[in-house]
Amino acid sequence: MQLLFALISGLLISAGIAVSKMIDPQKVLSFLDVTGNWDPSLALVMAAALVVYTLGYKLLLKRDAPLLNKQLILPSKQHLDRSLLAGAAIFGIGWGLAGYCPGPAIAALPAASSGTTGFVITMILGWFIAGKIPIKK
Amino acid sequence: MNNFTPVAALIGGSLIGLGTLLLLATLGRIAGISGIASLALFQRDGRSWRLAFVAGLLLGPILVGLVINDFSFSTPDLNSRTLVAGLLVGLGTAWGSGCTSGHGICGIGRFSPRSIAATLMFMATGVVVASFF
Repeated sequence: MQLLFALISGLLISAGIAVSKMIDPQKVLSFLDVTGNWDPSLALVMAAALVVYTLGYKLLLKRDAPLLNKQLILPSKQHLDRSLLAGAAIFGIGWGLAGYCPGPAIAALPAASSGTTGFVITMILGWFIAGKIPIKK
Repeated sequence: MNNFTPVAALIGGSLIGLGTLLLLATLGRIAGISGIASLALFQRDGRSWRLAFVAGLLLGPILVGLVINDFSFSTPDLNSRTLVAGLLVGLGTAWGSGCTSGHGICGIGRFSPRSIAATLMFMATGVVVASFF
């Protein structure tokens, strides 16, 4: 049952990435590049997702537990640290270079483009390296 | 703004919101794509649900393509810029504990100060790099 709902969740998210055209890195770059013909679509995608998620989250907090688990598993860290901020800055640089964040890059893999595949391979390499070499808080 | 697609953005964004919410409502988990995909590869514990989620990620656009009978979207060329970008996205999302989904939607949706700071940071560097490089 967990597997089925995890699959449907991933499917809904990537369907949304495709419908909103955020699967297309040129579409993402037309939002991030503010010097050209600016396209605010990505902001609207995030706003719509946030409204749905925030309202649902508030409703969920009133329940005792999620349907298939004992409790919500939420990140426990509260404070900002160097790893968070440096990591986010580095992620943004990569995002701005190619127009891909992890979701759209993985969702576009079935298109079998060499560029997408190459991006995902070096992204996985990055996850591996960062796992071996953590940044001190 | 002649490339602005507000209706597609609102429908697509709502689907993304529903998908992230579904994972929280059922498994009680945050739908952070970088974390789920990397742990699916590098951690044995909890691998099966993470692999199922990634399988869903691969299927969604195929399903949408079948429904609207349109599979066309651009993909990047295979060059050093694309490969460096992938490496930076991997390093940055691991060190920064999240990406656009985990911080930008799930984290901000819970009003997490860490996620708000991370999102402002990657938006800022993303805009600077995409605009000037």
